[in-house]
Amino acid sequence: MHVLDRKLLRDLRRMWAQVLAIALVLACGVMILVLAIGVQRSLEDTLEAYYERNRFAEVFSGAKRAPDMLLSEIRALPGVRVAETRIVGQVVLDLPGLEEPAAGRVVSLPDVDVPALNLPLVLTGRPPAPDAVDEVMVTRAFAEANGFVPGDRFSANLNGRKRTLTITGTALSPEYIYVLGPGAMLPDNRRFGILWMPRRALAAAFDLQGAFNDVSLALTRDGRAEEVIPALDQLLAPYGGAGAYGRAEQASHVFIEGELTQLRALARILPPIFFLISAFLVNMVLARIVTLERGVIGLMKALGYSDAAVAGHFLKLATLVSLIGIAIGWSVGSWLAQGMAKLYTEFFEFPYLVFQPRAGSYAISAAAGVATAGLGAIQGVMRAVRMPPAVAMVPPAPPSFKRGAVDRMATWARFSQPSMMVLRGIGRWPGRAAFSILAIAASVAILMSASFFPDSLDEIIDTSFFRQNRQDAMLILTGDRADSVVEDARHLPGVLAAEPMQYLPAVLRHGHLSRRIAVEARDPDATLSRVTDAAGRPVTPAGDGIVLSDRLAERLDVVPGDRIEMQLLTGRRETLTLPVSATATVYFGLGAYMDRAAMARLLRQPPQASVVNVAMDRDKARALYAAAKDTPGLAGTVLLFQTRTAFSETIARNILNTTVVYIVIAVLITVGVTYNGARIQLSERARELASLRIIGFTRAEVSYILMGELMLLSFLAQPVGWAMGWAFAYAQVKSFSSDLYTLPFVMTSATYAKASLVVLAASAVAALIVRRRIDRLDLVAVMKTRE
Amino acid sequence: MSELIFRSEGLTKVYRTGDVSVYALRGVDMRLHAGELTVLLGPSGSGKSTLLNILGGLDRASEGRAWFRDHELTAMTDRELTAYRRDHVGFVFQFYNLVASLTARENVELVTEIARAPMPAAEALAMVGLDHRLDHFPAQLSGGEQQRVAIARAIAKRPEVLLCDEPTGALDSKTGIQVLEALERINRDLGTTTVVITHNAGIQAMAHRVVFFADGRINEVRENATRARPAEITW
Ligand SMILES: Nc1ncnc2c1ncn2[C@@H]1O[C@H](COP(=O)(O)OP(=O)(O)OP(=O)(O)O)[C@@H](O)[C@H]1O
Ligand SMILES: [Mg+2]
Repeated sequence: MHVLDRKLLRDLRRMWAQVLAIALVLACGVMILVLAIGVQRSLEDTLEAYYERNRFAEVFSGAKRAPDMLLSEIRALPGVRVAETRIVGQVVLDLPGLEEPAAGRVVSLPDVDVPALNLPLVLTGRPPAPDAVDEVMVTRAFAEANGFVPGDRFSANLNGRKRTLTITGTALSPEYIYVLGPGAMLPDNRRFGILWMPRRALAAAFDLQGAFNDVSLALTRDGRAEEVIPALDQLLAPYGGAGAYGRAEQASHVFIEGELTQLRALARILPPIFFLISAFLVNMVLARIVTLERGVIGLMKALGYSDAAVAGHFLKLATLVSLIGIAIGWSVGSWLAQGMAKLYTEFFEFPYLVFQPRAGSYAISAAAGVATAGLGAIQGVMRAVRMPPAVAMVPPAPPSFKRGAVDRMATWARFSQPSMMVLRGIGRWPGRAAFSILAIAASVAILMSASFFPDSLDEIIDTSFFRQNRQDAMLILTGDRADSVVEDARHLPGVLAAEPMQYLPAVLRHGHLSRRIAVEARDPDATLSRVTDAAGRPVTPAGDGIVLSDRLAERLDVVPGDRIEMQLLTGRRETLTLPVSATATVYFGLGAYMDRAAMARLLRQPPQASVVNVAMDRDKARALYAAAKDTPGLAGTVLLFQTRTAFSETIARNILNTTVVYIVIAVLITVGVTYNGARIQLSERARELASLRIIGFTRAEVSYILMGELMLLSFLAQPVGWAMGWAFAYAQVKSFSSDLYTLPFVMTSATYAKASLVVLAASAVAALIVRRRIDRLDLVAVMKTRE
Repeated sequence: MSELIFRSEGLTKVYRTGDVSVYALRGVDMRLHAGELTVLLGPSGSGKSTLLNILGGLDRASEGRAWFRDHELTAMTDRELTAYRRDHVGFVFQFYNLVASLTARENVELVTEIARAPMPAAEALAMVGLDHRLDHFPAQLSGGEQQRVAIARAIAKRPEVLLCDEPTGALDSKTGIQVLEALERINRDLGTTTVVITHNAGIQAMAHRVVFFADGRINEVRENATRARPAEITW
């Protein structure tokens, strides 16, 4: 090994704590890149391959009852490559070992051959025989959650006919990677599953012989969904077409896309912050090293080392620091990516391992890491290169201090000499002080953006479950029913109150903006399920008016008082123009709400219900469950009290993980900045401080000078950090917000305080570690060494 | 008369700091002979170090010309000066300038790794009597030992010239003499042209030639008919 390299390694070993502090900050950036890019690419690749191999359709539509003959017309539409019809329906399940009713979505398999689109991937057993009437293939997650293996049986209420079905196999489908039951907010594999049955059996059960109620299309290379969708809608309109949509609105796909968007945002927003801070730390430390090594630099030049060799030496130092960071970032990143992949398999149903280490993500993160260190090193390296060999021989002149505004102020304020030294130190390196403040502020901001989450989620839970959806259960009906069902529901055992609600699939339009949505119509006196405004007050639609969720109003660019167009996708498919009477604060979905009576009036028909919301006596739950399983016309039940606990538990677990990661990251940054700052100051001021000790200053007084500056910077960083944290959190809310859900922006004073406490504690600890060195300062040695 | 190794004509160096100009050299005409040991004497601030730095290719003159053999130093580019220092010059500094994190041997290897025909580091250290201190770090060596490591480092490349700026300036008389003995032996055994700047007038006794400097100019050049051995020098 070259002697200079040996020197390098020894120098690194001597400064290990500083090196590690920088490397860890850099590692955070590398880690997030490996994690986000790695998982994102894995997810994208897996998705693409899976969609391709299992022929995931590109356009989807439901209908009430369309004749099979229509298929040839659909196939003839320009842009359509493959079209396939199916029968799809909702069923209530009675599962062994489960008191409450479960629900399922039955999907037909063709009589002959395998599906041309949305091909299920059979994992165990086999698909049901084409002519079997009581065989079923189920999703893996559903089978696992219920402990089912092929051969097991359960009972299902198929359109009012109770039947015992035998499981023949388990499968996955690209159409159901993310599975949400009707009305559910989180996947619940125990109580909801996808069931595949032969077409013939379903046609008989749902009275759809010679007809279909679901169609999927794959497009030609130049076929465009935006053109095919209206054409398909037109063909299906007479048959109760429920509005065609592309992958962009397919439930499962939308959720995965949402996840991908977040991963992309993660890879874009956070790593640059870490890289910037590491570059600053490298810059600060290298500047000091170059100053200290003036003699060595001069010597190298005198001995005939070229400028490139001098530059190379210091660049190597920076590169080694970055390599340590990269190694740490890679290993932690890979480990976290595994964990994240595991988390994904909890929510998403993929056929194969999601996360494979990506050469690309490692290469990108390493390149970014090395570039960061190089960038931070440039200034110091250039200074070393520019030092003329002769000047490098003479000791550096003491840094020049000027009397400036700080001094005049300090004199006026009668600061003590040590306080003056603190202030002058900041005044001498204003750039360094400013960047230290920014870096420490970034830690505060990162902590705030982590701890604002629980508050935001509390607000979601409070609003969604305790102000708006207060029903214990939703009884989902197989179609729109006359109001007598509400009366029937009231008589079910354990039901304390029942309120009807109607879902009306519609397209809402304002100018060129439109959204496909299920409008919810309720009675004005409904108390179980309702919407509220930002202040938590119930909002009811006035007369024929429609209430929109804030986000929907934003998407359609309307304010209360504007009029929008509503084209219904059911019944006579009427198009109505309605005034927007108010907006409501809703966190899940893009909601639109109307008065049920007004809706009935507009449609010139008696009021109907598609859902009955109930409040129940939980002691009598068992009886209610039993009754629900046998009630004809019931497509499923959603038990909101269970959703509430599941939601809180899932969230609590994930929040704990995220919070720990963010705290670790913020502490690493703070310690990295403060510790390096303190070490550098100690190095710059060793003589000064030793002189003070010699003339009789106590250790505490001398430490005050050193720690005073750091703690002052840390305090100054707090308000900056609060502002940054506020902006971070706000940006996060914006980036999370989608058509599926949004986060409320909740900033409590506790969030500010907690972030500040953690950061101030971390910088105090870092400063105290350095203080121990002051206590051990060898006065004689320091005074003897030549600066 | 032996061959000339350094020659200068009207060598001038002006430092400009702000609006003050400091004349460090005011037209130095000088000749140094190959194989000789020359001592440079003169009051502080008279320009000795400046001259040595220019001759060693560490610094540039403001005016005038200087040659190393046939090569005009004052016309060289930075790159050429670097190569010149690497291939021909050895430096010894007042404060040794050892790299603290390298052992004695490694400090010498700093040179032998880039030189064209170096001697082994251990051999160079043996020449200054430090073969038993190869693996000591500078902090574990006395001042005199450190300076001898610096000399070993300077001579390990077998330079043609050895330029020493106050090599004994930081040393007491006993260790100073050890250092001078090392310089004298190298000059004698390897024939290395040696220039020594000193404030100690006693050292002139061991030189072939003594150059007296004052106020940026050469005042007087004296040749010694007989030379004293370092041990005889009084401090
Ligand atoms: N970098 C510089 N900038 C400005 N003036 C300088 C610089 N280097 C040297 N000088 C001035 O040039 C003059 C000659 O300096 P030089 O170092 O050559 O003297 P010297 O004879 O070596 O003195 P000493 O015996 O004290 O080492 C001095 O007046 C000094 O102040
Ligand atoms: Mg000098």
